[in-house]
Amino acid sequence: MSTQPIIVSASPHVHSDRTSKKLMYDVVIALIPAFLVSVYVFGISALIVTSVAIISCILFEYLIQKYLLKADVTITDGSALITGILLAFNLPSSLPIWMIIIGSLVAIGVAKLSFGGLGFNIFNPALVGRVFLLISFPIQMTSWPTAFVNNTNVVDAVTGATSLGIIKEGLNMGETMTEISSRIPSSIDMLFGFTGGSLGEMSALALILGGLYLILRKVISWHIPVTLLATIFVVTAIFWVANPEHYANPLIHLLTGGAILSAFFMATDLVTSPMTKKGMVIFAIGIGIITVVIRLFGAYPEGISFAILIMNAFVPLINKFFKPRRFGAKIKSKIV
Amino acid sequence: MLKTFPKGGIHPPENKITSSKGIKKMTLPKVVYVPISQHIGIPAEIVVGVKDKVTIGQVIAKSGGFMSSNIHSPVAGTVTKLDKIIDTSGYKKQCIVIRTDLKDESNFTDIAYPLKTTITLEPKAILQKINDLGIVGLGGATFPSHVKLSIKEGTKLDHLIINGVECEPYLTADHRLMLEKAEEIIVGIKILMFALHIDKAIIGIENNKADAIETFKKIITKNDNIKIAALKVKYPQGGEKQLVRALLNREVPKNGLPLDVGVIVHNVGTIFAIYQAIQHNIPLIERVVTVTGKKLENPSNYWVKIGTPITDLVNEVGGLPEGTRKIVNGGPMMGKAIKNTDVPVTKGTSGILVISEDEASRGEPKNCIRCGECVDVCPMGLEPHLLMNLSEKGMYEKASSEDIMTCIECGSCSYVCPSHRPLLDYIRFGKNIVKKMNTSKN
Repeated sequence: MSTQPIIVSASPHVHSDRTSKKLMYDVVIALIPAFLVSVYVFGISALIVTSVAIISCILFEYLIQKYLLKADVTITDGSALITGILLAFNLPSSLPIWMIIIGSLVAIGVAKLSFGGLGFNIFNPALVGRVFLLISFPIQMTSWPTAFVNNTNVVDAVTGATSLGIIKEGLNMGETMTEISSRIPSSIDMLFGFTGGSLGEMSALALILGGLYLILRKVISWHIPVTLLATIFVVTAIFWVANPEHYANPLIHLLTGGAILSAFFMATDLVTSPMTKKGMVIFAIGIGIITVVIRLFGAYPEGISFAILIMNAFVPLINKFFKPRRFGAKIKSKIV
Repeated sequence: MLKTFPKGGIHPPENKITSSKGIKKMTLPKVVYVPISQHIGIPAEIVVGVKDKVTIGQVIAKSGGFMSSNIHSPVAGTVTKLDKIIDTSGYKKQCIVIRTDLKDESNFTDIAYPLKTTITLEPKAILQKINDLGIVGLGGATFPSHVKLSIKEGTKLDHLIINGVECEPYLTADHRLMLEKAEEIIVGIKILMFALHIDKAIIGIENNKADAIETFKKIITKNDNIKIAALKVKYPQGGEKQLVRALLNREVPKNGLPLDVGVIVHNVGTIFAIYQAIQHNIPLIERVVTVTGKKLENPSNYWVKIGTPITDLVNEVGGLPEGTRKIVNGGPMMGKAIKNTDVPVTKGTSGILVISEDEASRGEPKNCIRCGECVDVCPMGLEPHLLMNLSEKGMYEKASSEDIMTCIECGSCSYVCPSHRPLLDYIRFGKNIVKKMNTSKN
């Protein structure tokens, strides 16, 4: 007989080997391909932006939890690390360091910890940080260093608009899509990452790779990314078919901007997305429609961050109205 | 495609380490502790006194009402005490303590009756005998069988379902029984089909017991009207409602019974007990128990007398290994942890699982990350995270309207929760209070 006391606890007496920490680090692993592409495209500045965001997110979490909240420090759970990476992925590589630090403070301090920490936040912390910066520093936040393939020697010196920005500007000046299309990268370039934009949204391919990893590891389900991208595709296709000279084709909408990054990594944030598959589909359709409306009719060329934050606010309602069907609630089968 | 239930469920490591171990006869216990409440419902009433001599199979406690069951002496011996001892529930319960008479031959006669296939009793007599001989559901709930079989006039019944799923990890008692007593089980099924006037039966077996499926397929004939259905391995398929859904695509209504969809479900162990009772007049005094655990010297399956102290069982397999931290009466998903091995085996004991240090403790609960895994795996379509929250905050009315009472306590939610939240603990707690609220209302 062992000397240590026998444990008496209620069932179940076994547990799967999944932990929230493992889930978080799976997300980090999934972000690596996109990170490598961003370093390849933007060089050292991608490294700097990402490290600053990560370090300041973790540091702020530590400082606030330890000294302000006097609570347990949870920086090792991986969630602050993810917020840091995702925030960096939504920033231009040329953003001043102090702005990144402010963004991190808003993400961790305001969006996450003031709501009660991991699991209690309503809005995606990285997106709150990003949108705060976008509204506060619109010029710096929309100056995008263009990809080096066009400017091999001076990477950071040249800045330009994103493809969506070029389209919006051109349309506002009365140009047609045929005229504009010569100035935006081809779809193939967009797929591999040679286009202007924020750090993480460079290569659609790298992002899809990471997203597939998350789906395979069952960290996320396919419902949000697939529904979101399909909604963007379908809605933009309707406009494009109606007037191809005034609306960009759906492929451009899918491959530029943060559509893919958001579909796999931002909208799927476990904490701020609905609990049921049904809810997830509604949530993703909502994000898709709002995104397209902002892109086509709003003041900003890109609106997916706003769209996600808006739909984040609806998640409690979605959870309330799209419940799983209770077993035996309505009898489908008939007695023969 | 193998059949299964569509919503929820998990597939924990099966760990059926004793599936190739034939059922051995357990050494005769020197003393048995027979609780008078081994079934759901009213405890039986003791009809023997201290110093009384009892014979094997003699009624020692009489059914205390309709929702109750007779209890028979598992051994020939002398009643030494009527005492309250802690049983598997963790509470002190009235027990009849009998010292086995080691000189009495009937304790040692191995009853190996020849297979008897002809059914001589009339339906009414069959049901009466099931009642008299103390048969209760051996799948775990220990529901008195005669209650389940007392069907109101006019109820439409078209299927008898035999539960051979044994979806709990580690347990192999039903599996071995199906392999070793297949023909008896088939006769048992025919007895019930005859008694209840049901013309179709299905034995549901998960596909990890392919040998049992084969065994049955070999011995049934077309005229038997008994089907063998292989099911995909998924926990908790052994739950009545899940099993009916998997086999017949019928959904038992909320708060209803399989009876409501024309089905009656019995565990294979119960069917064997019914065979023994009807054909050979043997009361329920013995059952198959899997004694298992990764660190045990010699885990196996045993025929165990009801009332045998679990200590005896553990000694039979080589004693508790070094570093034992948990002893579970039942399987790892729904079994009850017990404080020590002084507890006796009852009609509901399907296994004893010994868990060592590395797997005994729970993980530290962390914040809910709202991943929705618990919602995904809940076979009843509930929202465990919500029910836990409501129970924790004392919002029982709301918990009740969120269907907390339909929870079958399978534990799938707690099993998958990546934040190790004690979901089922709080749901059980909430259920208890809602139950009390409901009874005080009526």
